[in-house]
Amino acid sequence: MQNLDWAVIQTVVWTLIKIMTIVVPLMLGVAYLTYAERKIIGWMQVRIGPNRVGFQGLLQPIADGLKLLMKEIIIPSGANKGLFILGPILVIAPALAAWAVIPFTDTLVLSNINAGLLYVMAITSMGVYGVIIAGWASNSKYAFLGAMRSAAQIVSYEIAMGFALVGVLMASQSLNIIDIVQGQSGGLHQWYIWPLFPLFVVYLVAGVAETNRLPFDVAEGESEIVAGFHVEYSGMAFAVFFLAEYANMILVAALTTLMFLGGWLSPVTFLPDGIVWWLLKTGFVLFLFLWFRATFPRYRYDQIMRLGWKVFIPITIVWIVVVGGMMQTPYGYLFH
Amino acid sequence: MTPNMTYTTAIFYFLAAILVLAGLRVITARNPVHAALFLVLAFFTAAGLWMLLEAEFLAITLVLVYVGAVMVLFLFVVMMLDINLEHLREGFWKTLPIAGPIAALIVFEMVLILGSRHFGLEVMGTPAPHPADYSNTKELGRLIYTDYVYAFELAAVILLVAIVAAIALTLRRRKDSKYIDPAEQVKVKRNDRLRIVKMQAEKKPGAEEGKA
Repeated sequence: MQNLDWAVIQTVVWTLIKIMTIVVPLMLGVAYLTYAERKIIGWMQVRIGPNRVGFQGLLQPIADGLKLLMKEIIIPSGANKGLFILGPILVIAPALAAWAVIPFTDTLVLSNINAGLLYVMAITSMGVYGVIIAGWASNSKYAFLGAMRSAAQIVSYEIAMGFALVGVLMASQSLNIIDIVQGQSGGLHQWYIWPLFPLFVVYLVAGVAETNRLPFDVAEGESEIVAGFHVEYSGMAFAVFFLAEYANMILVAALTTLMFLGGWLSPVTFLPDGIVWWLLKTGFVLFLFLWFRATFPRYRYDQIMRLGWKVFIPITIVWIVVVGGMMQTPYGYLFH
Repeated sequence: MTPNMTYTTAIFYFLAAILVLAGLRVITARNPVHAALFLVLAFFTAAGLWMLLEAEFLAITLVLVYVGAVMVLFLFVVMMLDINLEHLREGFWKTLPIAGPIAALIVFEMVLILGSRHFGLEVMGTPAPHPADYSNTKELGRLIYTDYVYAFELAAVILLVAIVAAIALTLRRRKDSKYIDPAEQVKVKRNDRLRIVKMQAEKKPGAEEGKA
């Protein structure tokens, strides 16, 4: 009995260490993603971007984090106190929990489960609660409007996103993310981006919408509703929303990489596979996110809804039928 | 009892306690938004229990569909409504004579089904745990698309009819809405919106003054 208890403790500690080795680099990635965003958008707009704190401004995210940590968290007197504090927690928890099943290479994964893709979809679909609760508990009209917009938008785009994933499932015949990546082995031309190109585009754009990023950031909409659902939050409570948004961005980029761009697989067969490819591809998708932000003006709300329901959902349904039909023909191998 | 067994049993009682508490709070919470959030917690905990039963597909789908979509819309509506609690509590004694027997009937049915006489360990036996590579999702898919394909298709068609009916019932064209057809917007050419007038940049000295 003594030995067994020791084994249990060992497993728990070992798992906690593994979780830390995912979360710490992720949080650093989030910090430097904000830096990259400000630098890249600066260059795109012929500005310099942050360059004062540290060499080339490299310590800027650390300075920002410290500043937010020191600030007071103000809870509005009319707010629903418990839910007000629960809001940011419910936003960041799913954003981190989803990383449990994300593989970095075919062996480097915290939990390799059969229904990995379903798990990611279920967990990320819960992120919207934090936004809704934060908006409602703030007891502010702007925050509430932001929360309502966010709820409607996320529910709408989740359908298109889910259908895009159904296409990936059909091609790979598996829900296990490692199996999905290994289904794409054999070089650049085997990646699912080619047979599933419409689904790739839908997934990427829906991912931008799900993370409330520009041009779909109506939940924040500075010019209309000040800062949307987090208008009443200050200090670290606000920073948690910020961390969650960027962690979700990295998550969507990682999922796009794993499902359409071959994950850790090398694009050419003579180079070895490895985590470097995973990082490069995810970095590229993240760059696309920043590029979108610098390029597109914000969508009008009714046009966001139209795009989600009347354009993306029909495209995904048609392409699922095409993939299913083609698999029954002699050309089916093109879709595997 | 093996240590593994006690571990899952402990998780079961932990989740079951949360589920019962959350379920109670759904009907006792004064604030309807709190009640809806407790319902979310109840669904999530129920998903955890299903996970213990090795029904991972059902568990994840419960979270995905009910927690991720249905309850979001539910909260959406509850938050928008101006609910008067006093007004809601008025009908309690009036509806009790009907609600009471129905509640008793439900309890009776549950006792009938869940009672140990028909579904106890002596009658049913413990189902054998599946190996780690067993895919509940795949088995479920196989059953739905082979043995139960007609029932499945029928359910799908009924749901589709319900969707179409719901849309048809609420569809109305408002005369006063300033709806713009995006196709029309895209088709606009420069000449529809803008007229370029050619004129000289500078007046010739003395040319205009003569008229004035």
